Amino acid sequence: MTAAPRITDRASRRRRYIYAARTVFWRHMHFVFKRPALLLPAMIFPLFFYMAFAGGLSGLSDVPGFDYYDYNAFQFTFVLLQSAAFGGVFIGFSIGADFDSGITRRLFLAVHDRSAVLAGYGAAALVRALMVWAIVFGIALLTGMEVAGSFADLVGLIWLAVVVNVAAFLFAAGMMTRFRTMQAAPAMQIPMFMILMTAPVYVPRDLIEGWVATATEYNPFTAIVESGRSLMAGDPFHVLLAFAAAFGLFALMVIFARRGLRKAEAALA
Amino acid sequence: MEAVAYADSPFRTQARYLAWRSVVRTARQPIMIVPTLVFPLFLLAINASGLSAATEIPGFPTDSYLTFALAFPFIQGSIFATNTAGTNLAEDIQNGFFNRLQLTPMRGSSLLAGQLAGVLMVAIVQAITYLLVGLAAGAHFEAGIWGVPVLFALSFAISAGFGAFGLFVGLRSGSGEAVQGLFPLMFVLLFLSSASLPRDLIQQDWFQTAATINPVSYVIEAVRSLFVTGWDGEALALGFIVASSFFVVSMIAASFAMRERLERT
Amino acid sequence: MTDSTKLNGNRRDTDGIEVIDLVHVYKKGPKAVDGVSLRVGPGEIYGFLGPNGAGKSTTVHILTTLLPPTDGTARVAGYDVRTEGRAVRDEIGVALQEAALDPFLTGREHMRLQGGLHGLVPDQIKPRADALLERVGLSDAADRRVGGYSGGMKRRLDLALALVHGPRILFLDEPTTGLDIQSRTALWEEVEGLADDEGVTVFLTTQYLEEADALADRVGIIDQGKLVAEGTPAALKAEIGRPTVEARPAEDVPLERLEAALARFGEPLPSDHGGAAVRLAEGTGELAEVVRALDSEGIEFADLQLHAPSLNDVFLAKTGRSLEGAGEEEPTGEEPIPEPAAA
Repeated sequence: MTAAPRITDRASRRRRYIYAARTVFWRHMHFVFKRPALLLPAMIFPLFFYMAFAGGLSGLSDVPGFDYYDYNAFQFTFVLLQSAAFGGVFIGFSIGADFDSGITRRLFLAVHDRSAVLAGYGAAALVRALMVWAIVFGIALLTGMEVAGSFADLVGLIWLAVVVNVAAFLFAAGMMTRFRTMQAAPAMQIPMFMILMTAPVYVPRDLIEGWVATATEYNPFTAIVESGRSLMAGDPFHVLLAFAAAFGLFALMVIFARRGLRKAEAALA
Repeated sequence: MEAVAYADSPFRTQARYLAWRSVVRTARQPIMIVPTLVFPLFLLAINASGLSAATEIPGFPTDSYLTFALAFPFIQGSIFATNTAGTNLAEDIQNGFFNRLQLTPMRGSSLLAGQLAGVLMVAIVQAITYLLVGLAAGAHFEAGIWGVPVLFALSFAISAGFGAFGLFVGLRSGSGEAVQGLFPLMFVLLFLSSASLPRDLIQQDWFQTAATINPVSYVIEAVRSLFVTGWDGEALALGFIVASSFFVVSMIAASFAMRERLERT
Repeated sequence: MTDSTKLNGNRRDTDGIEVIDLVHVYKKGPKAVDGVSLRVGPGEIYGFLGPNGAGKSTTVHILTTLLPPTDGTARVAGYDVRTEGRAVRDEIGVALQEAALDPFLTGREHMRLQGGLHGLVPDQIKPRADALLERVGLSDAADRRVGGYSGGMKRRLDLALALVHGPRILFLDEPTTGLDIQSRTALWEEVEGLADDEGVTVFLTTQYLEEADALADRVGIIDQGKLVAEGTPAALKAEIGRPTVEARPAEDVPLERLEAALARFGEPLPSDHGGAAVRLAEGTGELAEVVRALDSEGIEFADLQLHAPSLNDVFLAKTGRSLEGAGEEEPTGEEPIPEPAAA
């Protein structure tokens, strides 16, 4: 693959980058909106998990030692962050499918800076996640969830979810640029699932027994979930630690994705 | 040597050949078997540890959440049977192998019976695995040794029901993707049930109502009763009735779909 | 050819195909077969030639009972395809356009399954399978899974499967599409052997001219659902015209001498290559005479070419289009069943 001519004008380079990212973004959004079967599961699953966990397990609030103010809010926070993570991963399916069909090769040929292609996908992942959060938040409020946090606390929670979404997307991008096929989807989903499910999903950390209790001690997602719940409760706790964990994951995943991109460029050359 | 044929190839003979094929091709696809064993056990391990505090809820029927939750993989594994049976048949339709079968004297009923053989093979492996792993991890089996055949019979009935449903969808749609698309629906049915907590301890009214209406609750409770209670006649009867009814309805639907798909002059 | 694979050597008068005004219209509209009439005699190889979308596969699906005709009649092996489908299927072997094999079963296991479903006596299945697999050259690969077979091996297995129950009539739907030259030639030899040595009637659809030319006793050319020509390949080509010979003289030979020499053999034609051309009055057999005549008159030539009409020329004459590159995707034999609401 021959190198594109150097563009020396910085503003022009920025313009081209944004244009390329925007093109990929619009293509993806147009594609999924034309196919509800692709869009709906990503929207319905978080809603379903919220209803199943908050509805079916609300009796856990009677467990001695469970002192969170509202089980609905307890589960909503987890579902929000879970959908942020899986929302980033779902975009990986699209990246894999585009590699399978050969469209990614065309995109790589067309753009000057190939990270713009990933940026477009990342933007799509974030926009889709925002849509899902709005729907789940609305349904949760309608079904009686109480919000104890302030507006600033909720903004903090959303920012936390944004960082998680971007980190998860970068993980998916790194995986898909390495494997370059949708067949590798389980390789993305399984690690994500394990990280999420070995966090305090159903009850606070101090009520968990067994091996999951040990796993939560070392799982960075635990700090993120607990901090998110504290923001929801209006009692921010270890927020900086949570953001540090989230940004730490983000930074790692940036490196992971960049290296994956280089491998993909070399393979498609 | 001239080919000599039976005047009419009986149902038993055809079903035997098709069952043999179903078992062989399932056994040769570890991807059909391993995830159906590993994933439910993994989820069980997470839930048994993560939800162990649930046993502190007043009225919880056992002090071991592992024992309580061990019914879950039996049902979850049976849901995978929908995929196994339906996807295999849909693939046959998509790649033209079904046309090959249409050109033989094969009866539709023998194909249905044969396909279910593969499902039941996986169900046997699943039931044995879940039971052994659960017992090794410390779960109780209150029904004792005589409960094991009852557990297996219930498990097979559930798998057969889900398998027949998968066959119906595979035949109607002729598409493996449509069968795969059922999986989220099945998952919803599984979670909107008494899978995680006993029905009487579900606080949200709407969820309790949903779990009461959901037939999956009764099969879970039947399996669970063997672990937690021992011999609960009512729970077992309801579980068998629901599983058998689901199987009968699904097989009838699959038979109609087969007749339509197998249309020949 | 081993005895254990030899079918009943007695050819019956009913081992043929008779089609009268066959019509098939799909639910969504296209009329894929539009009044086709043809007859295939016992032991004949009939080539059904046409571009993609012409109606070949639809016709095969009707004759093999996979699709009911909308109108018209068809009898295969003496049985009506519409009302005696079961009897038709007992008499025919079919290798459809897609080899349609199970990638997880071995070749031998396929033979076992097919033989068992056809009701073969169990202790006959194995020897028959072994003999057929050897016949098609798959003995060594018989215990390997079909997923690892090449395209040519799959086609050969497909043929063996079509023969397992000893059918009198064989339907081959584009059997060599996608095969390399060697595999194609091997399959042709096998098909010829079946017809010549065992009296099997073969109905072969193809879009390859050379396949129809090489294999078929008679050819039917179908286009847009209609039979536009039918006959032996030689007769069809002769209908269009006689072959031409074109020669270029060597450097020191005057063109007029060459023209005069060739003119004795038929009608002179213009040449685009600076030489002389003539349409042969007697046909291809005259070529040797032409060469001998030029040699005896001491006329050296730099180049000599024979242009014979092809089946493509026949198609072109009948339809105004070339067979090669013509056609579009043919509707499949299956009419779609509506998606279930629940799924």
